[in-house]
Amino acid sequence: MELVIAIFIGLLYASGVYLLLRRSIVKLILGVFVISNATNLIIFLSGGITRSGVSFIGDEAEKATLETMTDPLPQALILTAIVIGLGIAAYILALKYKYFETTGTHDLDQLSKTDQK
Amino acid sequence: MEQLAIVLIVLIFLMGLMVPVLRPLLKNYTGRILALVPFALFGALTFLFFSLPDETARIVETGFGFLPEMQFSFRIDGLSLIFGMMVSGIGGLVLGYSSFYMAKYAGKTKFYFFLILFMGAMLGLVFADNLLALFIFWELTSITSFFLIGFDHDKDKPRQAALQALLITALGGLCLLFAVIMIGNLAGTFRLSELYSQGFHFGAHSQYQTVFLLIFVAVATKSAQFPFHFWLPGAMNAPTPISAYLHSATMVNAGIFLLLRLNPVMGGTIAWKGALILTGGITMFIGAFFSLGQKDLKRILAFTTISALGTMVMLIGMNTTASIKAALIFFIVHGLYKGGLFMVAGIIDKNTGTRDITRLSGLLKSMPVTSIAGILALLSMSGLPPMLGFIGKELIYDAKVQMPELSWLVVPLGVAANMMMVAISILVFYEIFIPRKNKPAIALLHKEKELPGNFLAGPVILALIGLGLGMAPGWLNNILSNAMFYVQSQAVDVHLTLWHGFNQVLLLSIFTVAMGTVIFILRRPVGKLVGIIIPWTDQYHLPEKFNNLISNYLSFAGKHTNRIQHGYHRYYLITFFMATLLLIVYQLLSAGGEWFHPSESSPVRMHVVLVLIISAMAVLFAVFSKSRLSAIVSMGVLGYGVAVLYMFYGAVDLAITQFLAETIIMVIFVMVIFYLPDFAVLSSKKSRIRDAIIALSVGAMMTMIVLKARFINLEEPISQFFAEKSYLEGHGRNIVNVILVDFRALDTLGEITVLALAAAGVFTLLRFNPIKKKSEK
Repeated sequence: MELVIAIFIGLLYASGVYLLLRRSIVKLILGVFVISNATNLIIFLSGGITRSGVSFIGDEAEKATLETMTDPLPQALILTAIVIGLGIAAYILALKYKYFETTGTHDLDQLSKTDQK
Repeated sequence: MEQLAIVLIVLIFLMGLMVPVLRPLLKNYTGRILALVPFALFGALTFLFFSLPDETARIVETGFGFLPEMQFSFRIDGLSLIFGMMVSGIGGLVLGYSSFYMAKYAGKTKFYFFLILFMGAMLGLVFADNLLALFIFWELTSITSFFLIGFDHDKDKPRQAALQALLITALGGLCLLFAVIMIGNLAGTFRLSELYSQGFHFGAHSQYQTVFLLIFVAVATKSAQFPFHFWLPGAMNAPTPISAYLHSATMVNAGIFLLLRLNPVMGGTIAWKGALILTGGITMFIGAFFSLGQKDLKRILAFTTISALGTMVMLIGMNTTASIKAALIFFIVHGLYKGGLFMVAGIIDKNTGTRDITRLSGLLKSMPVTSIAGILALLSMSGLPPMLGFIGKELIYDAKVQMPELSWLVVPLGVAANMMMVAISILVFYEIFIPRKNKPAIALLHKEKELPGNFLAGPVILALIGLGLGMAPGWLNNILSNAMFYVQSQAVDVHLTLWHGFNQVLLLSIFTVAMGTVIFILRRPVGKLVGIIIPWTDQYHLPEKFNNLISNYLSFAGKHTNRIQHGYHRYYLITFFMATLLLIVYQLLSAGGEWFHPSESSPVRMHVVLVLIISAMAVLFAVFSKSRLSAIVSMGVLGYGVAVLYMFYGAVDLAITQFLAETIIMVIFVMVIFYLPDFAVLSSKKSRIRDAIIALSVGAMMTMIVLKARFINLEEPISQFFAEKSYLEGHGRNIVNVILVDFRALDTLGEITVLALAAAGVFTLLRFNPIKKKSEK
């Protein structure tokens, strides 16, 4: 299963990088989204996927062992990453909207100078 | 009294910083009122001057410093008193003088601000007891003088001159820093008082040559010695009060001061003597020689300053009792007459509108007081009695004649330079002061014959001091012998007199004056000769060479920066991806070991594989889609697919968050997309194929990293800690949540901050409307 997910991540990265290298700014943003999803998956995979129990402590117990549950630490990290990703997405979309409104172009090659239009 | 003097120096610094506040209060009286502080300091120093016993130095600790080794402690001895009195006295006069000279200039606040800070820095430099503190003040003088020289910053020439002066003196400053650190390491202390009391001298040490070279560069750059002399005439672009101050007793004499200060520690070696005598001699000669060919009064003075600095460096290099004494006296002489002459030049400039000596004439009649002050200063410059300049020159000749091995070289050089000084003095005197028949007297711009009395106070006082000290040089005996004690590290009795009998030295003086007069009489042929030589040397015009060097360097750097910083976003990315790819693949392959172990991996679950296949197809569809909306919808499919994956592997919180975040992003995207253009194929097929290859290689690299990462464990995972403590200490049963809100609560705080910033950013962006603003204007 790890091999399958690894190939899936590789595919996501390939698509993401290809999108990043486009000149259209909309595609660039799509690329950022794809890559951030792929990166989250890498972190998730690093915790291991051999166990798949929910990382809760049972009602009666005081502590839990990691033997049955998914590693909670990568989850916490990814959770943070997803939320920050949301913030970045909102910002980048607003920026793009304004950028297009101001410059009238979505071609990144036109953006090499600071004083546009 | 020592404390008072130091307090006054600190006060000068504070005053400089307060100028922007004070000037609106004091208005046109700023210069005159602020001059009171340096005068008070001068008074305090005068008191010390008469009360300081022989062979003692007073050390004042401030207990303030940046480092334990770098305390701001001050020492008051003969040497620092002589320099300090010149700096504060002439400083006060220059401030008073500026009050009138600068009356119609814009930017007076800036002028006083930097001038007073410069004064403070210079005073700190001469009184510093700590070599590191001395270095800091040294750099401060360089920086403030940069702003002073470039005062007319809207003109090209002063800007260039200022930059040149800064680059050259900053080079010296760096050298000084290294030298100071090396001396400190060799001696184990940065304090001059300890260096002196230990009798530390490292002339025989193997690092001596390096340290000496560094000090030499520092001195040569600061004191405008050949071949670094060329920044000084350029610095004449500054307003005249600045020239009068920087080039008479302060800035350029810092190098002289440093040599005298370090003489007990590293003076008197072969390298010291050879380098200083040679450079000083050359500088002395070319300075005097070039002054003959100039027409601008200020430029004449600039070149004679170079010559005087050369003389002092040479005298210090000779390192005999007589030569050090001559150097000290000559420093006073030069400060007095040069300060006065610059001020006179400024007054003439203000009053006639020109500084060209071929146009000026007959000023003795129209401006008698100014002229007499100027003539007295010229007398001092040419070394005639009864001025202090005469004593200075006699002492110099005396030192040169007594120089055992080198008198054959230094005496003719010195006499030649002095002859030219005499000639230039007579020339200036004849051209501008004497009324003549064949040259019409120049008209004055001001109706009253002389300018206000305070304007004249500077040059008149300086001329009178020069005259008074020439008549009664005995005043200086005490302080000189104290200074000599700290420069030569041996007690010396000094007796100065105006008349010291009819001897070889006096004969030399008479010969010099006679020859100077001859040069003056032959000024036309001599002027022609200089006129031939100057264009010839202009081929090697150092200021221009220097400017070319700097501009070539800049364009070279600019060209290469443009090659790297070309502004094309995707080429930056390509560079980044290629470099990462190469480095990481190399590292992965060289690491070796296994990539995949079937027995250790978890079983393949078909429903998960199905989700992955759907997500992968969605992504590929998004990449190649031509419609914006379908691309975005397929991005949503990917996001939900990943969320489902999280769910299958027990990460419930992740799945929920991913679903929510993905939904919100989709909504925003759809809202924005309405305003955006359709996708267009912007790149050529060739570059798309290139990009595809890069993208696939990066993808393959990531797969390799993910696979390899499973076999590399650098640290023991700490997840067990969270599983054990989360209920007991965090009181929560959902471990992921407890990590977020308890164990790593600060991270979450940071995350919230990021969200808040993003929200603020979005809000500002949507309100920001540059085009509308422009049209409103």
